[in-house]
Parts: sequence; structure tokens; C-alpha cells
Amino acid sequence: MNNRHTVEFKVNGEARSLEVFSMARLLDVLREQLQLTGTKEGCGEGECGACTVIIDGQIVNSCLVPMAQVNGCEITTIEGVAGGDQLHAVQQAFIDHGGAQCGICTPGMVLAAVDLLNRNPEPTEHDIRNGLAGNLCRCTGYMKIFESVVRAYKK
Amino acid sequence: MSPIGKAFPRKEGRKKVTGKALYVDDLSFPGMLHGVTVRSPSPRGRITKISFEGDIPWDEFTVVTAKDIPGANYVALILNDQPYLAADFVNHPEEPILLLAHRDKYLLEEARRNVRIEIEEQPAIFNLEDSLARKEIIWGEDNVFKKYLVDKGNVDEVWANADFIVEGEYETGAQEQLYIENNGAIAIANADKGVTVWGSMQCPYYVHKALVKLFDLPEEKIRIIQTETGGGFGGKEEYPSLIAGHAALLAWKSGKPVKMIYDRAEDMVATTKRHPSRTRHKTAVTKDGKLLAVEIDFVIDGGAYCTLSPVVLSRGTIHSAGPYVCPNVRIHSRAVATNVPPHGAFRGFGAPQSIFALERHMDKVARTVGLTPEEFRRRNFIHEGETTATSQVIRERVDMDQLLTRALQLSNYHEKRERFARENAESNGRFRKKRGVGFATFMHGAGFTGSGEVYLQSVVSAEATVEGVVRILAASTEIGQGTNTIFSQIASEALGLDVDLIEIVQPDTAHVPNSGPTVASRTSMVVGKLVESAVTGLKQTLIGSSLLPHEYGQSEFKRACAEYIARFGSLKTSSTYQPPPNVHWDDEKYQGDAYGAYAWAVYVAEVSFDELTYAAHVEDFVALQEVGRVLNPVLAAGQIEGGVAQAIGFTLFENVVWKDGRMANNQMTNYIIPTPVDIPPIRVYFEENPYAYGPGGAKGIGELPMDGAAPAILNALENATGVSFNEIPLLPETLMVKLL
Amino acid sequence: MRAFIPNYQLTTPASLAEALTLLESEPGVWKPFAGGTDLMVLLEAGRLAHRNYINIWGLNELRGIEATDTHVTLGALTTYTEVQTNPILRREFPMLCQAASETGGLAIQNRGTLGGNIVNASPAADSPPALLAYDAEIELVSNRGSRWLPYQGFHTGYKQMHIDPDELLARIRLPRNTAGLTHYYRKVGTRKAQAISKVCFAAVGKTGQGKLMETRIVVGSVAPIVVRCVQTEAALRGQRPDEETIAAACASLVREISPIDDIRSTAKYRLQVAKNLLADFLATLRT
Repeated sequence: MNNRHTVEFKVNGEARSLEVFSMARLLDVLREQLQLTGTKEGCGEGECGACTVIIDGQIVNSCLVPMAQVNGCEITTIEGVAGGDQLHAVQQAFIDHGGAQCGICTPGMVLAAVDLLNRNPEPTEHDIRNGLAGNLCRCTGYMKIFESVVRAYKK
Repeated sequence: MSPIGKAFPRKEGRKKVTGKALYVDDLSFPGMLHGVTVRSPSPRGRITKISFEGDIPWDEFTVVTAKDIPGANYVALILNDQPYLAADFVNHPEEPILLLAHRDKYLLEEARRNVRIEIEEQPAIFNLEDSLARKEIIWGEDNVFKKYLVDKGNVDEVWANADFIVEGEYETGAQEQLYIENNGAIAIANADKGVTVWGSMQCPYYVHKALVKLFDLPEEKIRIIQTETGGGFGGKEEYPSLIAGHAALLAWKSGKPVKMIYDRAEDMVATTKRHPSRTRHKTAVTKDGKLLAVEIDFVIDGGAYCTLSPVVLSRGTIHSAGPYVCPNVRIHSRAVATNVPPHGAFRGFGAPQSIFALERHMDKVARTVGLTPEEFRRRNFIHEGETTATSQVIRERVDMDQLLTRALQLSNYHEKRERFARENAESNGRFRKKRGVGFATFMHGAGFTGSGEVYLQSVVSAEATVEGVVRILAASTEIGQGTNTIFSQIASEALGLDVDLIEIVQPDTAHVPNSGPTVASRTSMVVGKLVESAVTGLKQTLIGSSLLPHEYGQSEFKRACAEYIARFGSLKTSSTYQPPPNVHWDDEKYQGDAYGAYAWAVYVAEVSFDELTYAAHVEDFVALQEVGRVLNPVLAAGQIEGGVAQAIGFTLFENVVWKDGRMANNQMTNYIIPTPVDIPPIRVYFEENPYAYGPGGAKGIGELPMDGAAPAILNALENATGVSFNEIPLLPETLMVKLL
Repeated sequence: MRAFIPNYQLTTPASLAEALTLLESEPGVWKPFAGGTDLMVLLEAGRLAHRNYINIWGLNELRGIEATDTHVTLGALTTYTEVQTNPILRREFPMLCQAASETGGLAIQNRGTLGGNIVNASPAADSPPALLAYDAEIELVSNRGSRWLPYQGFHTGYKQMHIDPDELLARIRLPRNTAGLTHYYRKVGTRKAQAISKVCFAAVGKTGQGKLMETRIVVGSVAPIVVRCVQTEAALRGQRPDEETIAAACASLVREISPIDDIRSTAKYRLQVAKNLLADFLATLRT
């Protein structure tokens, strides 16, 4: 049985074609085959959000996405958030307002925050808390993350 | 303008928000193998057989057992009782027995499943009560890793004449650090070049010390490099010595680089957690609420091996009597063995456990005496010139009264207390949400306990480049708490240079001196002071050589560095720890100056209690602390907020479900930490009272916020429900049983 | 990742017809794989016993929400996010929207599907209590044809259900009869977001002249399957929701559920909270 298949998709605007196991996790393929190590593994069960990426405009946990479901998709990882040297407003706010500490949840948190502001440009605190509810952080107690999101859209 | 007290952005912030920061699992080497650990299926017993089964090409695997260890088979730490790999006897579930490496990660897991370990089981004990009762002797002669006795005055003479004697018993559970980056290491090892390890860790020199013994190699043949570290909280204090050693053993035998990264399930089931504790208090008080005698029996469960339990016990012991003055104090404490994976360092290091007991007990004593929690504490707060439980004379200005007043104002405590009492009494026949407010007053000593810092003899070096950049060389790690940024600010202040001209060198034992472990709230206060003196030495060298005037700008500094290096080859200075004057500690009697400095704090929690589901929720939280001087307000508040959130988890959510010594809920789905919707507004306030021996006046704050939330929340819950709760984690299931 | 990935197969059919043919041709060999939010967790843990899956995620035939005068019909692949954002569901079936919003975080809601939640057959699932309280029907399709059946009774035991190996859950249909009903949904977990239910309670009710005309009461996480408490409902019909009725209803509820101790909670807690929720629901129906 040959369970390797060709999967074609775009990552951060770049077309990719890879031979992969159909059930391989997107997370592993990003990190190991495409060297996009900004996407982190925290729990492997969709609980912590460290592996968050955006697929076709929606955030997903890349640890729960098998490669067979990636065919034809457009993916944005943390590496694709900034425009060259120009950081996204969310990234800059996380630096300026203490939204990142150890940094391991940060890529996923930034993507969740970018997605939130794409859907809801002026979220309330309630919206922010719920928008980020799938992303766990053990360092910050979340306060500075909320503040970073607010500062990002008020900029 | 002084950089001290300014909110400089995190030095490595940009690479963290762009995904470019490299954690250990982000590194890869040509020809690298992956490694896994095969662990004990039983809590205690003799290993009788190991078989390699299944349809696995076993000849492709590197297999390491205890027999393959080139040096000593123990993790060098305090007592050296923990083996790297169990040779013939296991003392806890998930104890490492065998290591496997292979190039294919998938096949490696298949192979791990097909190693069968047979154990002839022996009786095991799983909690501290059974250990104390010596139901089975599983360690040494009496199951006791360490005991302390602190004796001040004579409590025995007091009981007979006291107006009130109040007793209480308090328990805390295990807690998982749950850094979001699991433990991991990569090793390259061979007899020729020695051993090099990259890893996620707090203390590169702990790993270094352990690997020197494990491989029986000279110090210079062991090199430990800290990669970007995704949280530690103590969980990467001693444990990395184990995983680094395992990766290195596989690398040594295979001749190839070996990467070993735990997944969440393995990290939770196998690595250290906070020590469970049980504390008994017996307190004598006068009818006007003055403490006469305090007797405390503090016990922690150390797990199967000693690891750091003696020092965890030490900090817990010293903090157990709190910021109160009492003429007669006796504290008896023990760390005992059980057949569970060793418990270890976790933010607060014993203090959150004993402070939880104390601050619950203080509310109980107040109630017994007929005083408010506030008034009772005010009558017993320690002041400058008075002595702590270890007879340490407080030499700094301390004003707990004022801190308490301010914290109660900030939290609107009195108004809430009155309003909630009224509202809680109202009933419409439906399930209600009752509310309450409570607080805790406490202190936390920064730096190693007693003579610890003197023994450590920490060193920091500073080195200038021809470009006028000053490089700080220290083994103190950035684990999210802000080491890089704080050290830069301190050096910038001392040199009068831009923060951007300070470079923090990646901790690598081949290049940085041993500035001690990154623990005990010591990095800013103790190591930061060494940074200050090292760079001051560098400046004085330049001034002394007449290359730099006393008043200088950046361009002059750069010219002076270039000139000095041209003449003498290099410009590097080092600074070694010197204790503050008049610090004395008696390790035998456990009396004297336990810590150079304490941070002082009052935390106030408002909680709601839902009668429908028995769930408690923290609605508002005020954290007020005196921390010497705030070096960076954003980082400092971040430390407090993060610590309080972790402490809320400790109090209301985080329950390690044990089954025969093994964590049964070792998944993030079932071990519940707070999400963004579970944390109340955490309102952080600082008071500043510069500490003469801290850099820029700073004292340590990293562990402090772990201490106060649990008792404040339970005090508030008692206020809400009228029922006293004395154990954490306090889950709805327990609340229900107590309230029905 | 603990699974041996080369052993697993996730094949992507071009159409629903192709998927059904595959299911029919090798009965029991293939199982459907939708958003993956449950199956991937088992895979990661090395506990996914079945090896061969059909990737139905791309089958547009199984998507979409359609409304007629009498029913709202949801494709089995309707995600929790789509449920929450649908105006008709928000207006007429608020408990389903609430269940969807309380299932995992947003990344899970973007991927998790109603059909998956049903067929995964967890007694702790969040949407089945709401679906049962709304008298949902489900459509099973195969190359043999299509059959509609009431969702009530579909699950027969822990992870057991009335579905043949060649059948696929295609659609879920909700009768639009909720006008005038009081909706009461409460998911009880240890934390506020991303919790697995310790008790999940969904109920609707209607009163007339102070008496209970109709109630539908469903409790999750208290038995091997999600339980529609039909005896309790029957006992309540025509009663006034007073203290006496509530006490009797709670006594009846206890007989219909069988909670257990596990790593998430205790039987005692689940039982008590289920009773509390029933009492609270009935109290909301008092005039």
C-alpha cells in the first residue's frame, strides 16, 4: 500500500507540491519539510493553539489537519504575517506592550489575533477573550496580550 | 536619561513575533536521529525481563541501557540518588529504563510500543501520609529526604497561658508547570570531541555538572547551550539534566546527533511537578489578637528521588511563618519519599504551599479571636528592627500596614465586603451567585536561601568589542521573564550607553561563566548586580587606562574600546558575587538572615460562587507589591500577571489525577489551565523602596505572584459561602461536597 | 505523534457518489473522516485503531444550511462556526448556536462538524443535547438510497449507533416548531472555554395557564449516551412548575441517568448538577 500522495497547496503565497503521507499532520510537514518552524507544537491535540495557522481565511490547529485535506488550500503561517521587514500591527503591538514573554505561544496567538481583527476590526474585551480562547499562554496571564490586541487596532 | 524603570521592549521580541526565534525542536543536524525513552510500567519493583517484540527492524535501532553509561549512573544534584536509567529496580511509574534512537520518528514510536518491560512488583506508597506512617519503607531508613527544625523562643511555655489556641490543617496538590514548549534536547557526543547539548533549560551549568559525571569527562569536554526556551517556571530547572543526558547517551552510542523532544503526554506524565503538601498550624493568641506562639508542621511529598526537595522544603519552611512578628516559633518540616515521579522546582519553590496554609490559618485565627482578618493582621505585622521566624532582623523599611490599606482601597474591599454580605443574604428562590472578597498578606525572599549565594560564587563577565558594543556573558537564561532586556537596561545604566549597544550572549558553557541557575527570583537582583559591577569594571578599566574620560559619550566609548583592544588584545572584566554586609546564616540551627531581601505584598481577590454548578470564579484581582525598584514596568507587570494566572489555576482548576502513582490526566484536554476567558482583570500595582544591594534598587519578583492568590481566593470563598475550605485545588466537586 | 503514519490511509473521493461506492465496495474497511478534530487527537495519541478513512471534508454535497417553511436542514459537514453565524439558527435554535460557540476554541469551531459530533458518539459532545431537544432527524445515505430517522434513538450504547457500514450521515433536519418555547442550555465544565462537559443540559419548555404543556429535556455526560429524559418529561406534563413538581422531576431524572466517576468529575457531582439544572430550568418556566 502506498499511502504517499502528491499534495499541492500555497504557503504564504508560494505554490508547493509535496509527496506526503495522506494522514501526515500539516504541522509536521510545515516544520520538517518546509522548514517553517515558526509554527509550534504545544499539545498535539488542538487544545493549546500554538500550532495555529490560517487556511483559506480561517484559523485552524495544524496539528489536527491531515495533509489530504490541504490539497488546493492557501495557508498563512507566522512567517507570512509581516510584509517583508514591515511587521503587522499585531506583531508590533505584541513587542511594544508585552504580549510575548517566552514566545512559544506567540506565533499562534498572533495569528489568532490577526484573524480576529480581520473579522472584527474593533473587538470588545469580550470579543478578544473569546477570539483567543483557543490559544493558551502560560507566561502572561493574558492581560498584556489583550492590551496588545487593543493597541494594534487603535493604532 | 536613565533606562531604569523604563518600558524597553523585549530584546528578542521581534524574532519571537515573527516565528524566527529558534527553540530546540526547530534545530536540525545532518544525519540526526530521533530518540525516545522506554519507561517503567510499574511504580516499584525489580526489572526481570526486557524483550524486543513485534515486526520491527531492531538492528537499525540504537539501544541504550544502564550498562552503556560511560560514567556514573546518577543525575548529579544534591544526593545523587536518581539514576539516569534504572538498571534493575524501579521506584516510580514512568521511570526511564531504556533509550531508543532511529532516523524515522514514526518507526521509533512503533518500536517504543514493542519493547516489553517485565517488573516483579513490590509494594508502593503514593501519598505523604502513607510515607510518614512508614507503611512501606521505600527510601533510606525512614522515607525522609530532609527535615528542618526552626526554633525561636520556646513555644512549649506558651500554650498553658494563651487566651486562644487555634489549630488548622491545610493541603495543596501537585501542579504541572505546563510551559507550552515541552522538554527537549539535541546532543552530539563522541569520545574525541566530548559532548555538546542544545536544549530548553533554565540552568546550563546544572546540566553541565550532571553530564560531567554521567560521561566521566573533564569539564571542558562538556558543552551545554541553551536554545530559546518556551517557558520554565522551575520545570526546566533540574529536569533538563535528565533529558540532555539521555539524548547524549544515544548520541554517544550511535555516533550521530540525536534529538529528543517529549510530546505533551510524556512531558506531563514523566517530568516534575510542584510538591504536594500538608501543613498543620497551632497558634497561641492573646485575647487582643497578639500572636504568642506559632507551631507549624510542614510536610512535602518529594516523589521517588530526592532531586531538589531539600531546598524546596527549605524555602517553604522559612516562608511558613510569613510577615508577622511572633516571639515563639517552632517549625518542623519534612520532605518525604513516595513512589511517584520526583516532584521538583516550580515557581515559588515550597513557599506557595506554606503561605497558602498560613494565610488561610490567619483568617481562622482572626475569626476565633473575634477580629476582622484585616485588624488581626495589623496587630501582628513585622516592622523594621523586628525579627522573623529565623530571627532575621528586618533592616529595611517595611510598611505592611500601608500596603494593606492601599490594597484594600484599590480593590474597594470594605464596600464590597458590606455589599456582598447584603446581596448574598437576598433570595428569590433560585440558584444564586454569591460573591465574596478576601486577601492575603505575604512576603517572598529573593535569591538563594541562607548561605546559598555564597556557595554559588556566581560570576558574570562583560566584554567590549571594537565597535563599542558591550557583550554580557552570563549563564542566566531568558525563559520569557525578561533576562535579556533587564540585563541590557542594567548595563546601559551603568555605562551610560544606549540599550542597543548591549548584547546578551547566548548561554553556552563554552563561552559564558557560571552566573548560577535561573531560579529563586535571583536573576535581576543577584545576577543583575553582577552585570552592573562587571560593566562598571569595564568602564573603570578604560578610565584607568586614560583612554576614556570620566564624562563620555558613545563615540568616545567606542574609540576607547577600539584603542584598548588594539593595545591589549581584548577588553573583558568579570565580577564575582559578594554578599551584602552583615548577613549571617546558621545552617545547623536554621537561624539568621535567610534572604538578603524580601518583596512584600498584599493580594486581594473577589470571587463569585455559582450555587447551580458549585463553580468558583475569580472576578477581580488586585496585586500590590513592594519590590524595591521596578526595572521595567511592562516586564514586571507581566511577571505578576502571569504568576497570578498560574496561581489561579493552582487554586481552582489544576488537578493532577493520580492513579497508582501515575498522572492519569496527562493531556491538556484533561489537565485544566486557565484560558483567556477564565482570568479576571489582574490589576497590578507596585510600591518602590529601593534595595541598597540590588541593581538600580531592584529586588526579585519572579516567584512572588505565585504565593498570594490561593489563600486570597479561598478567603474570599469563605466570605462568599460562610464555609471554610482548606485544600487546593478546590474544584467544584469538592465545593459541592462541603456545601451540601 | 505516536501513530505509525504510513499505516494510515486517507483517501479523497471526487464526489459523494464515489465516497458511497467506496463504502459499499469494502464494507467496514472505510470510515468517514470529516474535520478531524476528534480523530486526529486519537491518532496523535497512537490510539486510532481504524486505519482507512475517506476524506469527506471536500464534499460540497454535505455542506450548506437550507430552510423551508417547516424545516431547517444542515449538511453534515456544517461547522460550528457556520452554525453560530446562521441567522435562522440564531433566532430559532439558539441552544445549537450556544453549543457550537462553547465547543473548543475558534480553530476547532472552524473545523469541527455537526455530523462528526454525532457520529463520533461521545456522551460528552456538546451539540447532541441541543439537537435532541429540538427533535432533530438525521439522514443516512448509501448507494441503496436515503433514509431519514429521528435522532432520538440513533445512539444505542457507548459509541454504538444505528448506522450500516455503507451508510454516511448526510444531513440533519430540525423542525421549525420552536416558536414560544423557552430554551435553556448549560454546559458545565471546569473552565469557561475549551472545556469538555462534565454535565451538558439542554431543554425547551412551554407553559399554558401556569402549567407545563411541553418539555424536552436532554442531559449529556451522565450516561453512555446523551439522554433524552422522556419519563421526566412525561411526569411533568400538565403540572405546575412548583417546588413539589421540581422535586418529583429531579427524583425522576435520577432514575433516567447513570453518571460515573472519571478523570474529569465524579458521579455525585454530575448527578447533583443535573438535578440543579433541571430545577433551574423549571424555575425559569414559572410565571
